[in-house]
Amino acid sequence: MSESSMKRHMGLRASRTLGNTLIYILLITISAIWLIPFFCIVLQSFRVESTWQVGYVMPKVWGLDNYRKLFSSDFTRWYTNTFIISVFTALFQTVIVLCMSYTLSRFRFKMRKPLMRFMLILGFFPGMLTMIILYRVLKDLGLTQANAVPGLILVYIASSGMGYYVSKGFFDTIPKSLDEAARVDGATRFQVLKKIILPLSKPIVIYTVLTAFMGPWGDYVFARYISFGASAGMNVAVGLYNWLTPDQINNNYTMFCAGGVLVAIPVTLLFLFLQKYYVEGVTGGAVKG
Amino acid sequence: MAQLSDLEYLKLSKGRRLGYKVGRFFAKIPQATLNAFQRIGGALKSGVTAIGREAKDIVTTFVNGDWKTKLSYLVMGFGCLARGQILRGLLFLLFEIVFIGYMILSGAYWLSMMPSLGKVGPTETYDEIYDAYVHTYNDNSFQILLYSVLTIFFIIAFIYTWRVNIRQNKEAERILAAGKRLKSSKEDLHSMVDESFHKTLLSLPLTGIIIFTVLPLIFMILVAFTNYDGAHDGYISNLFHWVGLDNFNTLFSWKSASGTQSYAATFGEILSWTLMWAFFATFTNYFLGMFVAMAINKKGIKGKKLWRTILVMTIAIPQFISLLYVSKMFAKDGIVNGALMSLGWIDKALPFWEDATWARVSVILINIWIGIPYLMLMATGILMNIPADLYESARIDGANPWQQYTKITLPYMLFITGPYLLTSFIGNINNFNVIFLLTGGAPTNPAASSASGSVGYTDLLITWLFKISTGAESKYYLASVIGIMVFVVVSIIALIVYNLLPSIKNEEDFQ
Repeated sequence: MSESSMKRHMGLRASRTLGNTLIYILLITISAIWLIPFFCIVLQSFRVESTWQVGYVMPKVWGLDNYRKLFSSDFTRWYTNTFIISVFTALFQTVIVLCMSYTLSRFRFKMRKPLMRFMLILGFFPGMLTMIILYRVLKDLGLTQANAVPGLILVYIASSGMGYYVSKGFFDTIPKSLDEAARVDGATRFQVLKKIILPLSKPIVIYTVLTAFMGPWGDYVFARYISFGASAGMNVAVGLYNWLTPDQINNNYTMFCAGGVLVAIPVTLLFLFLQKYYVEGVTGGAVKG
Repeated sequence: MAQLSDLEYLKLSKGRRLGYKVGRFFAKIPQATLNAFQRIGGALKSGVTAIGREAKDIVTTFVNGDWKTKLSYLVMGFGCLARGQILRGLLFLLFEIVFIGYMILSGAYWLSMMPSLGKVGPTETYDEIYDAYVHTYNDNSFQILLYSVLTIFFIIAFIYTWRVNIRQNKEAERILAAGKRLKSSKEDLHSMVDESFHKTLLSLPLTGIIIFTVLPLIFMILVAFTNYDGAHDGYISNLFHWVGLDNFNTLFSWKSASGTQSYAATFGEILSWTLMWAFFATFTNYFLGMFVAMAINKKGIKGKKLWRTILVMTIAIPQFISLLYVSKMFAKDGIVNGALMSLGWIDKALPFWEDATWARVSVILINIWIGIPYLMLMATGILMNIPADLYESARIDGANPWQQYTKITLPYMLFITGPYLLTSFIGNINNFNVIFLLTGGAPTNPAASSASGSVGYTDLLITWLFKISTGAESKYYLASVIGIMVFVVVSIIALIVYNLLPSIKNEEDFQ
């Protein structure tokens, strides 16, 4: 190797190392920015000396008082509500979304395109608009305020068929020749779904369950409408939001932090274990648009 | 701007090329809009001809059909029953009986009340024995409107079923004339898991969508033409009634009560901020997310999985926690101001949420914090699909990283994620969570507030809608008008973008 090319080579390497160092610095900064709020919220949940918001992060007196207080407040009720809602929604919504997306991906029938276009246009309306009437109808049925849990489950699952895009994208990637081979062998459409497609669909089933669980776990606006001020029917989002309103924040700020930690833990753990499927869903689904 | 030939285009300088492209984009908009309207017109025309064809077919089937078919026009399912298809026949007949029963018992009443939405409101009489006023509640406008819509749905369903019933008679006659056998009830049941399996699968999701989305939306659109609000709830306080286009006039009139800003001005302000917000929220996230993904994916960077996991974990934490917490972090007495002050960098708290411009910039910046992990994930998946040899040959040809990015990465990303950008833009127009949980619309816009509840500088149309429908006056009719306007805005954007995008919507290409 001649001296000049050697130099050039070294220069390239040096610039690459420099570039990589810059990227590492950037990534560390980004990670810090993304994680700091969560560290802060955990630290503040252990603060005992005051219950309002303060300009420092490290508690002066550490303790579990906030968590203890949580368990004697309505928080336990909200937590149970949220958990029940999320579990039922996850179950039913998965079935509905999979029915919808599988059909739209696999079958070619006359109304298919118009149906998809119709649902697309339907999505242009703000979903909140329907809450005004749904609240009143559910109220007549006795499914609001203190009894908001079944009402909310109904609201979450009923229209979930419209969110079929990601799983349709997944089903589109399973070769159709598999179906056709089975059909030639005399399998009914139902048997094709049960014996061939479902066993291949584990990733998308898990993705759908996960997102269907997380939706109601953190939903604020529908829960606020349906529970309408009745603490017994609130979910964690509505309950904790009220703790930060100007008249309550001074008493409940650190309890909000503790509650937030308890709400975040289960979904974070769930996510940690199922991350692979979530990533597959997002990356696969996005390509399909 | 006139279209240039390829040669002319290549002669342009770099800056001019960009100008040319932007110019072409805007020059295409009128044509694209025109195309959209033409398409709507075409759809309407084909709809009308389809109805004509159906009507003709109904008449000819009656004229040519045998007596079983003819009787089926009156008694649904008779043809099926007479030809031995018991199950189908019974279902048709049952549907007809239920329909007629419903119409006589209540449907006719609701429809007759629909034009007035109730005649007798709640009354108050003095009861001498108990020495108190007794309230009697009479007509219920809300129920009348709701059940009239339901009844119209039911009538449409009945007409459709009636039509199916006739078509089946025609079909059965044809099959029998060809000397073939009709399907038995058992075969009909079997087809539900086979040829008609898609109908079985769709029945549940579509029922849910119709009852919980389509029906309420139609109801709410109708509410825009009434005076339904907290003081006219249709039953307990007052009846509500049709007011025609009054509510649209209210929203678009520049006149206002003394000392307040008109609705039209407030609407214009909020709409322009909504569009500005959606633009920045979409594109900052998009490009920064792509940038972070590229940084993590760069060759020679270690710990790819760790960086990715750190960001992905933040998706798991419910937005209401992270957003509410961050909003308090940036408050006057929050951690950020506290830290800056103890460092001595500032001596007065920064007005993150108190000043209009500060608040608008802050929500866009914090939205980046929320959005990047998701975009990073998506971009990672797409970037890994770009064939590596493209970059290889670009490098050999001496392309620097910036050229590689603008000539390979960016076009590829834009091509694949075009539809995503559109949905994300629409999603941001309706991004209730970020705005409501971060600022709640604050800081208050004093001029606009007097016109319609408390309106702030960061309020989007969707949060304004929420405030109007939950506020003290609960102006549902106004919320409904705003909802319709959101739909109009979103549809216009979607139509234009669909017409401008290269035809990547062809889904079969991916299979």
